[in-house]
Amino acid sequence: MSTHVEKDQVSGHETTGHEWDGIKELNTPLPSWWVYVFWATIIWSVGYWVVYPSWPTATSYLTGMFETTNRTQLHETMANVAAERAPYMERLAALDLDEIVNDSELLNFSMAGGKAVFAENCAPCHGTGGSGNPGFPSLQDDDWLWGGTLEAVNETVHVGVRWDANEDTRFNDMPAFGRDEILEREDINDVVQYVLAFTGRETDKAAANRGAEVFVDNCASCHGEDAKGVQELGAPNLTDAIWLYGGDAANITETVNNSRGGVMPAWGGRLDEETIKMLTVYVHSLGGGQ
Amino acid sequence: MAMPHLQQPDPAHPVPQNDTLPEDDRDQPLYKTRDKVYPKRVSGYFRNLKWFALITLLAIYWIVPWLRWDRGASAPDQAVLIDMDMGRAYFFFIEIWPQEVYYITGLLILAAIGLFLATSLFGRIWCGYGCPQTVWTDLFMLVERHIQGDRNARMRLDKSPWTFEKIWKIGATHLSWLVIAAATGGAFVLYFNDAPTVMVDIFTGEASLGVYVTIAFLTFSTYLLAGWAREQVCTYMCPWPRFQSAMLDDESMIVTYEGWRGEPRGPIKRKNLVRGEVPEVGHCVDCYACFNVCPTGIDIRDGLQMECIGCGLCIDACNEMMDKVGFPRDLVRFDSVQNSQLRAHGKATKIRIVRPRTIFYSVILVLVASVMAFGLLNRTTLEVNVLRDRNPIFVTLSDGDVRNGYTLKVLNKEQAEKTYILQIEGLDASDFQVIGLTPNQDGTFSLDVAPDRVGSFRVFVAANPETLSSESTPFEFSVTDPEDNVRETYDTVFAGPK
Repeated sequence: MSTHVEKDQVSGHETTGHEWDGIKELNTPLPSWWVYVFWATIIWSVGYWVVYPSWPTATSYLTGMFETTNRTQLHETMANVAAERAPYMERLAALDLDEIVNDSELLNFSMAGGKAVFAENCAPCHGTGGSGNPGFPSLQDDDWLWGGTLEAVNETVHVGVRWDANEDTRFNDMPAFGRDEILEREDINDVVQYVLAFTGRETDKAAANRGAEVFVDNCASCHGEDAKGVQELGAPNLTDAIWLYGGDAANITETVNNSRGGVMPAWGGRLDEETIKMLTVYVHSLGGGQ
Repeated sequence: MAMPHLQQPDPAHPVPQNDTLPEDDRDQPLYKTRDKVYPKRVSGYFRNLKWFALITLLAIYWIVPWLRWDRGASAPDQAVLIDMDMGRAYFFFIEIWPQEVYYITGLLILAAIGLFLATSLFGRIWCGYGCPQTVWTDLFMLVERHIQGDRNARMRLDKSPWTFEKIWKIGATHLSWLVIAAATGGAFVLYFNDAPTVMVDIFTGEASLGVYVTIAFLTFSTYLLAGWAREQVCTYMCPWPRFQSAMLDDESMIVTYEGWRGEPRGPIKRKNLVRGEVPEVGHCVDCYACFNVCPTGIDIRDGLQMECIGCGLCIDACNEMMDKVGFPRDLVRFDSVQNSQLRAHGKATKIRIVRPRTIFYSVILVLVASVMAFGLLNRTTLEVNVLRDRNPIFVTLSDGDVRNGYTLKVLNKEQAEKTYILQIEGLDASDFQVIGLTPNQDGTFSLDVAPDRVGSFRVFVAANPETLSSESTPFEFSVTDPEDNVRETYDTVFAGPK
């Protein structure tokens, strides 16, 4: 340190001797350990170059030591999660569906797991909450084309609907009465009026009466004489409030004319058995557990 | 803060002017090397107060995790325990769940306001007596003084070459510091684990990596901060000195030097001439006793400074010296700036505790404390949360009824298995069901919740749209504990078309 230190007259503080436009800089030096800490952090950062993937090379990059990357950490985390879930998965594999539902711990586990699986695989068609879309059934109501029991839901998830690759797939086919010229245009209009009458909606009485005969001849074989549907055939109930493709006259006419038939993939083999069980329990709970 | 100007310009050393300096002399270091502080041993009132605070605080820190508190079979019986794995914090009769972490927030706010109040009344007593940095540094200095001797001996030892004596003295000091530091880190983990169990685990190598890392980190930081950094923490690292002056006013009790009485300072010889009479020179004999005992290495005669931690050791040191030379005590005293000036003018002094600022802090303190006490006393052991499905808002069923889905969370905060009765009130429901449960005969449901756990239930409620008056009908879920007759309700709505 110099012997003659300049002091600022006002504050009595030492200055650095630096001056700009008559303003002098006071010398309030940092403690030197602070600087050493700064250097230490720089040296510490070198450790990161060594441990973590860092510099690019001509063809690749330096991979670092101990395989310390976010990817390996992710794999470790996932492995840990799988290990934590393993005992539950074993119990899921061993138990029947209704046993799972009656075990509150497994029920909650399956609902949470099933929800995630549903969001990944089913939500694109059925909606994130299973509330359905036109043509894609709502899974939250109590109307089940192929049955809403645990077993029926499990079976549908396994084999899919009209999924050609699975020979056990749920399959039905409604004729295209108009397009294939099975029925006359007038007959179709009459039967639509008859169907509308089931749920007490406004209809042309005369047409509906004529339509009754058309219904018995053409539709009752699948939908039943009382039009309440046949679950084994996947034939929908026409007397309730739920219409997969819309329940107004125009929509019903379109259905009778051209037929309808959605497709659902078979998930058996694509998802493992425990996952399908979780999914089944979740979907079953969505619909109120029929 | 108004401070008396205590330092007079020294006519013997005029301030040098810029243009008188040769160019070379302007080179100055950019970084300050640390002047090591060698605080001298002192005894007296404030030193005793500090010993008392030190023993009390360290005893609390080391003893509390060993206290037991019987909570029954399903909860740990440690009085103070933060159980990270189970997400519970136990504090004697209080049990805190993660969502009740606002109690901790409240506690921190209380601590902050308490600190403001204490500072406005008594200056920086927190810094001087309560701060862990002060407590542990004091303890480390005690060890250091015990092994290496007092100030002069330590200064000599540092300057002396590396002899056997120096090696064992310095070595023994650092070893002792490390043992204390390890005990500090070791005690910290006791607050997060069952103390007797983890203590055995630590020594048998069975404890978790987290425990060992925590102990290692706290051992290292205690050793570094209390052994090496010391006053550097207060001067450079701690933000508190920067804004503590905002809590002080002229009536706050702080460590003050009575400049009017001490100045002009001078050696004892001159004063001998006028002993017993009104001295022509000040009472300060310029002995540097106050400076020598200061743990942050400052001269209190320069007035209140940022580095001052308000510990009052300089008062003890000065009084000792005043007694020796036969001047009245309390040349450095614990008093307000205002009183110091009143005394300078021969007026009566007064200590006013009740001031607008202290009233303000006290009122807030009482307010926050009452809110917390109220919350704690009215804490229910049963809590109900309901999440209503929003996707979709409602579902039409085949018979035309509409159904809403809910997720019901029932928090059983008691240490016993409970069976609650769930029912809905205020809605004419056509169907009411809980997934996985069969209804009781009266249509209610029995919900079993394990002790100290959250029960989660899927609930469906259906109603005929004809009975609904609007698109969202308010109703409530009611959960009753039939044993204690405790009832909790949750207001929600039933959505439908209209």
